Amino acid sequence: MANKGWNEFDEGALLFSFDKNVAMNDIATTHAEDRPYSKSNSFTASVADWRIEKPVFNQDYCIDCQFCWIYCPDISILSRDKKMVGVDYDHCKGCGICVEVCPTNPKSLLMFAEATNDDEAIAKWPEKEKKEK
Amino acid sequence: MADTMELKDVEVWDGNLASAHSLRQAQVDVVAAYPITPSTPIVENYARFLANGYIDGEYVMVESEHAAMSGCIGASAAGGRVATATSSQGYALMVETLYQASGMRLPIVLHVVNRALGAPLNVNGDHSDMYLGRDSGWIQLDTFSPQEAYDLGLCAFKIGEDHDVRLPVMVHQDGFLSSHTAQGVKTIADDVAYDFVGEFKPMNAMLDFEHPATHGVQTEEDWHFEHKARQQYDLMTKVYPKTKEVFAEFKELTGREYKMVETYDADDADVVITALGTTVETARVAAKQLREEGIKAGVVAIRMIRPFPMEDVREAFKGVKAIATLDRSSPHGTVGMLYNEVAGAMYQMKDNERPLVSNYIYGLGGRDITVKHLKDIFSELIANVEAGSVTTPLQQYVNVRGPKLSFL
Repeated sequence: MANKGWNEFDEGALLFSFDKNVAMNDIATTHAEDRPYSKSNSFTASVADWRIEKPVFNQDYCIDCQFCWIYCPDISILSRDKKMVGVDYDHCKGCGICVEVCPTNPKSLLMFAEATNDDEAIAKWPEKEKKEK
Repeated sequence: MADTMELKDVEVWDGNLASAHSLRQAQVDVVAAYPITPSTPIVENYARFLANGYIDGEYVMVESEHAAMSGCIGASAAGGRVATATSSQGYALMVETLYQASGMRLPIVLHVVNRALGAPLNVNGDHSDMYLGRDSGWIQLDTFSPQEAYDLGLCAFKIGEDHDVRLPVMVHQDGFLSSHTAQGVKTIADDVAYDFVGEFKPMNAMLDFEHPATHGVQTEEDWHFEHKARQQYDLMTKVYPKTKEVFAEFKELTGREYKMVETYDADDADVVITALGTTVETARVAAKQLREEGIKAGVVAIRMIRPFPMEDVREAFKGVKAIATLDRSSPHGTVGMLYNEVAGAMYQMKDNERPLVSNYIYGLGGRDITVKHLKDIFSELIANVEAGSVTTPLQQYVNVRGPKLSFL
């Protein structure tokens, strides 16, 4: 794309999600990673570089309720066959909604500073909160 | 399937009704509109034709002109034939979205019934709104009568929707003087008119689910310039030949001929008035009367304001000795638009061939311009020719009360 001249663009202010010559009939049943996204689609680009906190997923407590997957405004929760798989860090903006809606105790998703590595984060995971009587 | 409307060969229509019939005959899919005087009857009549079964389409009522053009943009990007109408303050509110429509290359047709811009608030015709949009990237066609509003209303779809062009088109007519003046309009039968305009051919439509496209993307310093360059290239190189082709086809169909620059008695003229809108017809009467007195007077009218037909303008003024450029819009802070455009075109001529050019501001807020005023302007041009230079101030106000007003 770097050397594209003004005469090589399509008319208008538009970008195609897929290669123009590929017809998509079964998009709804095709996983994102299997779709023939074009280079101009943001699926192949990182659009998350301003994130300062990231959600870290801890599988030990997850009950696969799918709340995070439903509520994520950016389709960045990866779930396959109704099992939570992880977070798409190329598209997650770090809004924290997934953490907010997670119902487990302790939560299965928690926000950590962007630079924290996952092992470090899981080592710091809080204990189950006891109900006060 | 829409019903056919039986039309007489000549119908008595005002400019608004003529425009509405052009929308009906083109079977516009979507009109999103916020009616405003004096263009109201255009969208009102579209809605009436739709309700009575003469159109297969949708009429979308919105909360403002900004929303009207936004609705049109959405419908056009979705893949339909789209049109609306507006005037004045409503047009001003649309301006932001006008740039979106042209930048997104959506061939929307907008009927602009020209009206003054406040303050003071005024509902009558002048060209302030038309001038406001001249950098917006739309094709702008100017009409001088209801007949022309009808004819060019049909041509507009054919020009803008062409896949090489893909640009929105404005069809201008003068508020009240054309929009509310009923005249005999020669009609085209519904099927003939529709065949002329042709079936709408979508391009990169959002409703084409097999080829998903994101319309209205953001580009910064990295790609914005390239997109604008492409837009200007197509506007400057594709529109003129396509319009010429459409006008030729229209002439073959109806016998009525349109040109980018219309000339009346201008071939051997010494003195020429150049103007827009209904004033063109009045100026023709004035020129004809002067011809009877032996004065070689003529009229040159700009049909296509954008893209500005510079070559044709230069050609039309070849051999002319003095030109009066008449602007029906207060340029506020400089000379009128027509003066600038015409003088710019003339500058490329050789020194000894270049006509004298002066500027007149007239008719603001619907103030009359009569044959007498126009003949007086011709007299000043004759004086300029005799003196070999412009003898008046460069810019003069015509028919304004109070002391004579002129600048520069």
